[in-house]
Amino acid sequence: MEQNKVQELHDVVIRFSGDSGDGMQLTGTLFSDTAALEGNGISTFPDYPAEIRAPQGTVAGVSGFQVHFGDHRELNPGDYCDVLVAMNPAALKANRKWLKRSATVILDGDSITEDNLKKAGFATLDPIEELGLGDYNIVAPDITSLTREALKDTGLDNRAIVKCKNMFALGICFWLFDCHEDHAFHYLESKFQKKNPLIAEANKLAIKAGYNFAANTHQLASHYRVAPAQLEKGTYRTISGNVATAWGLMAAAEKAGLPLFCGSYPITPATVILEELAKRKDLGVKTVQAEDEIAGICTAIGAAYAGNFAVTSTSGPGLSLKSEALGLAVMIELPLVVVDVQRGGPSTGLPTKTEQSDLVQALYGRNGECPLIVVAASSPSDCFHYAFEAGRLAMEHMTPVVLLTDGFIANGSEPWRIPSMSDYPAIVPPIVETAPEGGFMPYVRNEKLARGWAFPGKTGLEHRVGGLEKDAVKGSISHDPANHQKMTYLRAEKVKKVADYIPEQSVYGDAEGELLVVGWGGTRGHLQNAVDQLREEGKSVSLCHFNYINPLPKGVKEIFAKFKKIVVCELNEGQFANYLRQQFQEFQYEQFNKVEGQPFTIVELKEKFETLL
Amino acid sequence: MAEFKYTAADFKSDQEVRWCPGCGDHAILNAVQRALPEIADATDTPHNKFTFVSGIGCSSRFIYYMKTFGFHSVHGRANAVATGVKTANPDLSVWVATGDGDSLAIGGNHFIHAIRRNVDLNMILFNNEIYGLTKGQYSPTSKLGKITKTSPYGTVEKPFNPGELVIGAKGSFFARSIDMEVMLTKECLVAAAKHKGMSVVEVLQNCVIFNDKTHALFAGDKATRQEHTITLQHGKKMIFGAKGDKGLVFENMKLKVVTIGEDGYTEENLLTHDAHEKDTTLHSMLAAMKYPDYPVAVGVIRDVDDPVVYDLGVQQQVEEVKAQSKIRCMDDLLRSGATWEVE
Repeated sequence: MEQNKVQELHDVVIRFSGDSGDGMQLTGTLFSDTAALEGNGISTFPDYPAEIRAPQGTVAGVSGFQVHFGDHRELNPGDYCDVLVAMNPAALKANRKWLKRSATVILDGDSITEDNLKKAGFATLDPIEELGLGDYNIVAPDITSLTREALKDTGLDNRAIVKCKNMFALGICFWLFDCHEDHAFHYLESKFQKKNPLIAEANKLAIKAGYNFAANTHQLASHYRVAPAQLEKGTYRTISGNVATAWGLMAAAEKAGLPLFCGSYPITPATVILEELAKRKDLGVKTVQAEDEIAGICTAIGAAYAGNFAVTSTSGPGLSLKSEALGLAVMIELPLVVVDVQRGGPSTGLPTKTEQSDLVQALYGRNGECPLIVVAASSPSDCFHYAFEAGRLAMEHMTPVVLLTDGFIANGSEPWRIPSMSDYPAIVPPIVETAPEGGFMPYVRNEKLARGWAFPGKTGLEHRVGGLEKDAVKGSISHDPANHQKMTYLRAEKVKKVADYIPEQSVYGDAEGELLVVGWGGTRGHLQNAVDQLREEGKSVSLCHFNYINPLPKGVKEIFAKFKKIVVCELNEGQFANYLRQQFQEFQYEQFNKVEGQPFTIVELKEKFETLL
Repeated sequence: MAEFKYTAADFKSDQEVRWCPGCGDHAILNAVQRALPEIADATDTPHNKFTFVSGIGCSSRFIYYMKTFGFHSVHGRANAVATGVKTANPDLSVWVATGDGDSLAIGGNHFIHAIRRNVDLNMILFNNEIYGLTKGQYSPTSKLGKITKTSPYGTVEKPFNPGELVIGAKGSFFARSIDMEVMLTKECLVAAAKHKGMSVVEVLQNCVIFNDKTHALFAGDKATRQEHTITLQHGKKMIFGAKGDKGLVFENMKLKVVTIGEDGYTEENLLTHDAHEKDTTLHSMLAAMKYPDYPVAVGVIRDVDDPVVYDLGVQQQVEEVKAQSKIRCMDDLLRSGATWEVE
């Protein structure tokens, strides 16, 4: 065996994969956080089954966590992996198709048993041969027995010891990429030290054992170093999309000087938003875990009426349940943010997989003429910005806003340069403090067409609102035909006017050319990367990526007009493309669509774009 | 009569009341508007803090007739909206106007959970045993066999008794009144307002168009009411009847109607009403009493101290965590945990 050598790399994709009870999400998170703390650019992609403990050893039960890290900002978690950590044959089989040519596979040798091979659906007893991995760099140390040996003196029982095998694998990876163990140790201490210090010690020991094993045995030919990324100066942290969303909402509340209220109901993959907000009582956040999705939004609407910045978080099926109440919020004209972390649909669909198929529901899924603002975030960290924006627009324009994220950016994480709250604008809702002469009229509007927000408890502002059509000024019930026409117009016009208060649409790359790639929301990282690569090859491709969906920003038509072809790429069957067709009928739109519950790959995007050039 | 800071007129809006002539809702509105001045004084609540929330149905038009803050929401969701209002601002006196269809059918889930959470709301549950606004379909409180437009051969489903539902959902306050008994309704409302936690006041209400006289057999007129209802008062013997000669005793694990002076029963033997008893057994039995076997119980049936009040609990937790935490603003939070510098 040749001597260990250190190679410099720009870019690595590593995928941790095992049974859904093997702790792969934690292993991946510890690795990516470590890489981030060492200054690498990272982008992560947790990919796990809907079951908490799916049938052991089966391909369906495989849980994965992919980390893309490098010496520059990573825009996406990468298509194919350089290193696969597979804790059993099922994990190897499930991820075979994601291996780069001649990738390194670290497989738990102990797991290659007849029983496990059978469960994973192998026909023979040689998984390497059967999957055609002969040319790959396969390393199969007996991770389970090595962990058992290393922890034999800890006093833990066998079951508890075996649970630490993921940390042994992490230790191997730490050696492989020359990472420090400090962050992982610190995490384990803070997580387990109080509950069970023995567990913390055992896990640390397993990491060390894995590290030393890799360093001593020379089973892995090389090890690698990835230089820190050249990032903009500042203080950084890693953040996931769901946490960033929760924080962005809190930031909006702080900038409006109002308490944040969240009425919500647990639903995958949005639950972390509610969990994160429930932690933040120190910032005055009130959360109601409601009895159902409907109560989630209705408590939020009640809180908005009472003068809180109110939000509700959900995923597609929950948004369906909230539809009627969302219409009520449109009708009453109260600020409200509904976060929809999209997942594969329809119905229960693919709860843990990503999709962008709720766009039409967000835009139109209500009875009556019922326009509202729709905003979409495009990366884990910019969920903060767009959650803030959703709050700003809701409160200043007195309307509900649907914020679309998706399972991919919600669960994924990346380094984020921490902003200062002083960089964010104050949010100034049209709050009414005292009754004007002649009495308070709840539907008198300002220049944004937003009505006054008068909280109960304020003297002289007693008024009634409701879901019935109301008089355009007084707010009392009105069945007058002309008034209904007028109110319908005003509600729509108010939303259209928001275009005056959002940034103009921008284009990435040249302002004119052959092909304009159009996307929206969480596909940004992949689209930009594919466009970058083609541009490096000298192709005339630009990207026009949308975050403001309704109303669309100004300047779209002008951008579209400067390209010969437009291709709209989205993880659905063409919802945004059809929306654009409706808005700008003069252009031809090519489409690239995918509904596999997975993000785009750069490879397939480039292939598609090349056919259009 | 005591002088209060406000009068009933202070709570009357300028909207024309559009319920059918003869509808029991008029009497309930009257009772509420007369109760509020007393409630404002007794609970030290200024006019601007009264907030009425309703769902959908005849009953839910109520909020438009009140000169208070009012929110007419969507069908069945009044309790959820009101939970949000009260949790966001526990300082408000939040009232829910709802009906048997609104709260016991489409809104049943929110009804039981608002009660279970013990949110400090005051609910007026208009029970006319029918869907009135949709013109006469049976409701979850319609009697078995009731013939309506959607049950032309009679219903084949048993009704809810709201009182049993409230007590079953861990309710701490339940009272029942009859639309015509304005003074009794008012007393129940005042007691409900004073109660900390969820209060449900069921008002047996007559729908003169689609379910006329549904409560008439025991509540049709004053004489019938005296004979077939019992007004429960905390600490008082359970006596009823036009002559005041009937009462309730507890025998063989059941309530029993007896006549004082017959079969050896004296007033001594009668039950004394204890609305504050935490045990639900007797309250549940009293709430469940049905004509003709029993008198229908009205008045405050259950009024139990329960320190676990949702909106106050949320508020208290916010204050406790705020006092302990080092994170005081977003900038603190953004910089908490693992961070690193890029030079």
